[in-house]
Amino acid sequence: MAKLIEMRATWGETMLELTKTHPNLMVLDGDLGNSTMAQIVAYNAPDFYMNMGIAEQNMMGVAAGMASAGLIPWLSSFACFLANRDLDQLRVTVTQPKLNVKLAGHYSGILTGKTGKTHIDVEDIAILRALPHMTVVAPADSVECRQAVLALTDMPGPAYLRITRDASPVIFGEDYRFAIGPVVPIREGKDLTIFGTGVQTARALEACDLLASEGISAHLVHVPTLKPIDGNGIVAAARKTGRVLTTEDHNIIGGLGGAVAEVLGQHAPFPMKIHGLQDCYGESGPNDAMLEKYGLTPKHVALAAKALLNKAR
Amino acid sequence: MPIDPAPKRDLQARAVQVRKLILQAVHKAGAGHVGGPLSMVEIAVAMYFKILRIDPKNPQWPDRDRYVLSKGHSCIALYATLALRGFFPVEEVFTYDAMNSRMQGHPDMTKTPGIDMSSGSLGTGASPPLGMALAAKRLGKDFHTWVHLGDGEIQEGQVWEMAFVASQYQVDNLTAIVDYNKVQQFGFPKDGNLRRRVNPLVQVPEKWRAFGWHVIECDGHDFDALIPACEEAKTIKGRPACIVAHTIKGKGVSFMEGDYNWHAKVPSPEELAKALAELEAGVPVG
Repeated sequence: MAKLIEMRATWGETMLELTKTHPNLMVLDGDLGNSTMAQIVAYNAPDFYMNMGIAEQNMMGVAAGMASAGLIPWLSSFACFLANRDLDQLRVTVTQPKLNVKLAGHYSGILTGKTGKTHIDVEDIAILRALPHMTVVAPADSVECRQAVLALTDMPGPAYLRITRDASPVIFGEDYRFAIGPVVPIREGKDLTIFGTGVQTARALEACDLLASEGISAHLVHVPTLKPIDGNGIVAAARKTGRVLTTEDHNIIGGLGGAVAEVLGQHAPFPMKIHGLQDCYGESGPNDAMLEKYGLTPKHVALAAKALLNKAR
Repeated sequence: MPIDPAPKRDLQARAVQVRKLILQAVHKAGAGHVGGPLSMVEIAVAMYFKILRIDPKNPQWPDRDRYVLSKGHSCIALYATLALRGFFPVEEVFTYDAMNSRMQGHPDMTKTPGIDMSSGSLGTGASPPLGMALAAKRLGKDFHTWVHLGDGEIQEGQVWEMAFVASQYQVDNLTAIVDYNKVQQFGFPKDGNLRRRVNPLVQVPEKWRAFGWHVIECDGHDFDALIPACEEAKTIKGRPACIVAHTIKGKGVSFMEGDYNWHAKVPSPEELAKALAELEAGVPVG
């Protein structure tokens, strides 16, 4: 059983670590510090933290102004607010002028601690990917999350980091090296290629075991960077098997599946299936029941893989 | 306290030049805004020719004062002022709205020298200046940040989010200027008259005071009032300041003043000639 770590805690601890090396860092909190773990900075490095109150539109603009004057602001809020509530502010004052603003979108996907449909965000990747100049990263685990925070902080320009609330399996070793862009092969296989992103990659990894027990060899590739998408890496991984499944804790429209389809449809069309939220909003409920009802368990990924193989035959 | 007569005459002459450039550029472009730009002329001239610590040869100077035109649709007034101040050639103002021009329909900080923040979607320009002011404190810099808001614009909720947070952090290196011309693009009927339309927003100074700001009211077309108001705003400690500048939409051209129809109307050749003649012959504004 893999070790379980909350990515939000990793984000907060990494922010604190960065305050030691990045004097221009600033964490802006939409009054959710004790949910997003921005409190780690608030308590331990108060000069690097400001509560911007329950006023996300203003917070986004403040970040733009700070970035224009040389600070490196990290906004911390729930994904649903960052990708939706202050989208106009993000567009006009951050991505259009390409300002150096980083967004930590916490509580992404359907597992949000029973908060229900308002706080569940299954459209953030689609929305943010569509903004010119934006970088979008969805780490698979705590190890990758920490390295993504470091890389995005040192990358000039706007970026979005997709973080989940609850503890998730650590799939990468300490020797793992994240880079913005390249896809990450996780497991070799020959029958189909599975692309996963965010914490769903860990469920896809379990699905590979289920498939293996039925004699199906899946080639698993993790896609941490949704934008800019690694077109060459995706085409190469798809060519290995000629059949492609994508899986994500996100709507099936505009997310990882959309990004992969945009690449393969133009450069290497193969039989493909997009697995994720079936164009619906979520509800409140315990994690296991949510994953079961909305079809994101390893078992569901394996079923989607088998459906693809049957169709492709 | 009135300002000296000689520099005042200079500023008034600049204001006439800016007004003429606004009308000529919009006429040439066949598009753009007129009423709002004309209402902000004295404010822009006071800023760039008297108040701001800037260097037109070094628009990215880190220690410069910041000025953000949040009512971005009025940017032709800012372009004219920046050109006269030496940020770029005056002829370039006439490329307003043309393809590949640095004179965009709404301010673009990536294109135009002297533009400190992109704006255009009303309300969104209100908050970056707060971020700049907070950054100045954090970085130990002494520059002052100004944000120029429209009175129609302050119907946007984001402005009041900013007002709350600026007050909470006692941001005294930030001054808002509300260009209070009492007219907006279409507006609301005045006294039941469907054809006479205004911005009915009242108690504007009281609203800012209630959010904890130091408020100064003045005539936004009178340099004798406007410049002392700006100087007072910079001296306020422990809270942000707001100058509620009473202005007239379309100011300086008799048939445009106070008429919402001139929010974004392009003057015909005859209207342009009449307006320019009025500006040249008229009593100096300011």
